[in-house]
Amino acid sequence: MADVVLKNVHKSFGRTAVIHGVDLHVRDGEFVVFVGPSGCGKSTLLRLIAGLEDITAGDLLIDGQRVNDLAPARRGIAMVFQSYALYPHMNVYDNMAFGLELAKSSKAEIDRKVREAARLLQIEQLLDRKPRQLSGGQRQRVAIGRAIVREPKVFLFDEPLSNLDAALRVQTRIEIAKLHNDMRATMIYVTHDQVEAMTLADRIVVLNGGRIEQVGTPLDLYHRPANLFVAGFIGSPQMNFVPCQVAGLGPGEVLVSLPGGGTLAVPVQPDGVTTGEPVTLGIRPDHVRIRSEGALGGRVELVEELGENHLLHVDAGQGRLTIREPGDARHEVGSTVRFDLTREFCHLFRRSGEALPSRTGAASPAPSSPNLSSSAA
Amino acid sequence: MTSAVAQGNVSVPQQARGRRSSLTRSRIRSAWAFIAPSLIILALIAGWPLARTIWFSFTDANLNNLSDYEFIGFENYLANYDGEWLGLLTDPDWWHSVWNTVWFTLVSVSIETVLGIIVALILNAAFPGRGLMRAIILIPWAIPTIVSAKMWNWMLHDQFGVINDLLLRLGLIAAPMTWTANADTALWAAVMVDVWKHTSFMALLILAALQMLPQDIYEAAKVDGVSPIRVFFRITLPLIKPALLVAVIFRSLDALRVFDLIYVLTSNARDTASMSIYARQQLVDFQEVGLGSAASTLIFLIIAIIVVITLAAGRVRLGEDPR
Repeated sequence: MADVVLKNVHKSFGRTAVIHGVDLHVRDGEFVVFVGPSGCGKSTLLRLIAGLEDITAGDLLIDGQRVNDLAPARRGIAMVFQSYALYPHMNVYDNMAFGLELAKSSKAEIDRKVREAARLLQIEQLLDRKPRQLSGGQRQRVAIGRAIVREPKVFLFDEPLSNLDAALRVQTRIEIAKLHNDMRATMIYVTHDQVEAMTLADRIVVLNGGRIEQVGTPLDLYHRPANLFVAGFIGSPQMNFVPCQVAGLGPGEVLVSLPGGGTLAVPVQPDGVTTGEPVTLGIRPDHVRIRSEGALGGRVELVEELGENHLLHVDAGQGRLTIREPGDARHEVGSTVRFDLTREFCHLFRRSGEALPSRTGAASPAPSSPNLSSSAA
Repeated sequence: MTSAVAQGNVSVPQQARGRRSSLTRSRIRSAWAFIAPSLIILALIAGWPLARTIWFSFTDANLNNLSDYEFIGFENYLANYDGEWLGLLTDPDWWHSVWNTVWFTLVSVSIETVLGIIVALILNAAFPGRGLMRAIILIPWAIPTIVSAKMWNWMLHDQFGVINDLLLRLGLIAAPMTWTANADTALWAAVMVDVWKHTSFMALLILAALQMLPQDIYEAAKVDGVSPIRVFFRITLPLIKPALLVAVIFRSLDALRVFDLIYVLTSNARDTASMSIYARQQLVDFQEVGLGSAASTLIFLIIAIIVVITLAAGRVRLGEDPR
């Protein structure tokens, strides 16, 4: 078990730079998830840690040792691939044992480790099967088993669930969380699925364009996104963004004029914004409240029923707004609704995308642990 | 499972079965219509000559007059005249040609397989100019055998050949060698030319197999710390084995029928004759159509047996080691 430290890590393929200076400290036993849209560099970053790609510049430390120039096998890592990457001609037992044969472990030792991992993952009855005789979920377990038997300092997962169907994904997700609880190993996990990120991570690293946008606990990112990108990426359905102008400043609040008329006092630190400056107001669909006496209004364009709640897509004159309400929809397409924005849950973003700091104790929970080593984008 | 299917069939109403089988019948009819032309052509160009050859092998036909012959049973193969055994199976020249052919096939196909794997592995690596290299290595294969045999014949010529000249200048040999006339070196020369010509074919088939392999397992092996040599023998080789087997069968079939290369290179010498050369000699030079046909039939049987054995062995291995 070990820390993983990235210091100003860069990666270029030829002339194309894909990772632009990443600083990150993954603590011992921590479960860190890299999320971001396609092409954000999350998989590349994982492959840099694994040693499958060379680091162009910067330092990578595992367990305090600089490993930039070490072969993958000597870094003390194990990797679980998206496509499982099982050896197709070997049975499950040999797939797990193959890597150990090289470590000059004794036959009995290998056997013990393989059977223990198989028991942990409940694949003991599959040891004689070939990968093609297994279902997707079983293959993924074998791939995880192959990682476990290596007893690595760091587990690396590259989108391990994306080839599984929805139900199996939820189940395997729970098992991976359990595995982490049992083993207390350092795990770095890449996914594009924010539900996986939110549920599994101790901390989430949001990547975009080869840079870290924000590092924080799942709820930290949800409640206090550092910028427009994180605000839009975390949370489903997406946060609503309304362009507006600063109308006035108060102590611990910013007065904004909404495009449809009217003003709203948002409880965030002014932090140097000036009256008249254009800003973006962000509010999650859950925090828009339908009220007959609401200050804002719009026409319902689309209703999506989800059972336990429903989504209203409202054309509010100056852009579309998504509203989530519990239960079945009580509005029809074409009808007009009035609503309010719950001001405690509003975020304000400067034109640069950066969020204005929220007032302590407002919409978000207590700040998370102070020794977060996040890197500004 | 089977019983469930059977029950299902029984419960299908009579009417529905009738309708389905009429559809099936029309499908079978059109399938036959599509296959028929190729079946007819095959029968004409392969079936008829083969049958005729086998028939002639049981006659005393002569090239002078092909319409006048008699059925003599197995006498072309083996016959006993006054306590003396005669026929193809007792001819030392025939058995020598069989041995030559089998030796030639074993040696050349083995070398081609090993070299082909090496070349394919090199071409499978990413390097600048790889596309050009792939085209270049195909050149020997694209040259007609008769041309390359003649070409090599000149290069190996004892007086004017470039190879003797080169070896003399380098001081590796003291006097010019008669590479293609000497029985000790002639077959080796034939093997060398065959390897020069066919390695690229082998490499191409193996390269195709290599490119089908998933890349992720190589990354997994890297993380596992498997050495490149071990990766080759434990991962790459087992996975390309089916394709390799097909390539080996293709090449063996070709090599077992070898004619033009040895015929041109060694000037129809008796010592280096292959089975095909022996058969041609009986048929054309000695005009013994019956005996020549018997030899041809035996060649057909030998090749068929070897292929069946290889295929059977291959299928067993495929069954154990499927992808």
